[in-house]
Amino acid sequence: MIKVIRSGFFTTIQDSGRFDLRHKGVPISGAMDLYSAAIANSMLDNHKKYAVMEITMTGPKLQFSVATYFCISGAEMSPSLNTKPINNYEVLKANKGDILSFGKLTSGFRTYLAVKDGFNTEIKLGSRSFFKPITPLNCVIDGMEIDISECKSYTPKILEMKSESLHHFDEISAYPGPEYDLLNTNAIKSLFSKKFTIAKENNRMAYQFVEPLMEHKHKMLTSATLPGTVQLTPAGKLIILMSDGQTTGGYPRILQLSKRAIAILAQKRSGDTIAFKKHPYSL
Amino acid sequence: MIQWPLKVSEDILYDILAFIESFKNTFPEAEKWELIPAYNSLTLVTLSKSINFLSAKAAIEKVYTSRNKEIKIKRYLWKLPVCYDLEFGIDLEESAEALGLDIKDLVAKHTNRPYTVYGIGFLPGFMYLGGLPKELEINRRSSPRAKVLKGSVGLAAQQTGVYPQDSPGGWNIIGNCPIPIFNPNKEEPCFVNVGDRIEFYSISRAAYDLHKIEAEVGIFKPEKVALND
Repeated sequence: MIKVIRSGFFTTIQDSGRFDLRHKGVPISGAMDLYSAAIANSMLDNHKKYAVMEITMTGPKLQFSVATYFCISGAEMSPSLNTKPINNYEVLKANKGDILSFGKLTSGFRTYLAVKDGFNTEIKLGSRSFFKPITPLNCVIDGMEIDISECKSYTPKILEMKSESLHHFDEISAYPGPEYDLLNTNAIKSLFSKKFTIAKENNRMAYQFVEPLMEHKHKMLTSATLPGTVQLTPAGKLIILMSDGQTTGGYPRILQLSKRAIAILAQKRSGDTIAFKKHPYSL
Repeated sequence: MIQWPLKVSEDILYDILAFIESFKNTFPEAEKWELIPAYNSLTLVTLSKSINFLSAKAAIEKVYTSRNKEIKIKRYLWKLPVCYDLEFGIDLEESAEALGLDIKDLVAKHTNRPYTVYGIGFLPGFMYLGGLPKELEINRRSSPRAKVLKGSVGLAAQQTGVYPQDSPGGWNIIGNCPIPIFNPNKEEPCFVNVGDRIEFYSISRAAYDLHKIEAEVGIFKPEKVALND
């Protein structure tokens, strides 16, 4: 078990996602920055589908009830083990009773904590990813205990790695979406030349942007949306659907982000800016 | 994504379903694809890392041209109980007035007619239903509510539907269905499929309470009729 002494701002358990139920309206969920989550898992020789803890903006205070090995990736959140500062992308051992806590967020927005053999929360509809009401909780709460396996000895293949941190990038590459053609020349020019500021409306469902792009009156029938689908509202607002995003929508889909772009965006917070870049493989 | 002509039509929906059936039966490694139908579109998603878009497109087109148009897809009409009590139908009086109907007429027009499920999305188990009579077309509420209760049955423009969970929403709420459309504890969490039909019937407050308990313990099975048209 691992005990949540303090939960932090928004801490959830996420694996690689809940698939095969999109046609019933179930979002995929899963880690927002799948790249960072996968690195933390791979450093512990975990399967890439194992669940990790996704920590947003302000970290939790956790106590290990069993010995294990762990690795932190993603945003830099000044982690410490029993008050001794530790580093991201380093495999460390936790002993029974050790306390892992997080401090100041210095870059990025979402930190991932992987433990050896993963977090064993209940599997609902094929995934451990928190998503209410499919799972009883949306995020971890103070005092809760989460099942993890005991691992007394393990020899990591890699002890530490210098990772390419995606959160230092501010360009996100995108393919034209199904309704891309409704954009006029000016809008296309703005889209790929201006910077866009992330609005305070940003969460696991969607990211909105401060700058409007182009008003329109395009009517369409509700159709499927994916994580990374960029929607354009009639008022001209850009909304990018993320991991918990709805599976269908009625707004024109002007762009589709690449997987890497979704991971980059997941490390941004309100006030940060990004620039869209047309993906070189766009047709 | 494959798109059919821009209109709400059962013929188009059935063509999409026939295509899905052929795809599942004939496409190599069809189980590695997710197919999401909605109105006039079908979105195909694969997690396979190495597909070539142009060759996949050609193979998909071949499935479409060689599909069996006469294929019989199992579809059902589901009869769902709705309590149109004012306790649940918090916009019932206002909606009836705006539509120039009395409440009894509104309920009569809303019930005992089949609605086609054109898509499931927005929320897990939220059905996009088509076939609302013109007399029940009403504008969305001018300001959405922060919380609409699970099971709420609403009207908005040409649509009617059931909120499968508590959710913010701007529809006019006229009743409540005690049967959960989406149950995450079941292996098949949503009994309805795109292409099925839904018919509502009016129940009393007492029957509502009974069905709600029956649904919770899992002994209420909504009546279903196989569709052969």
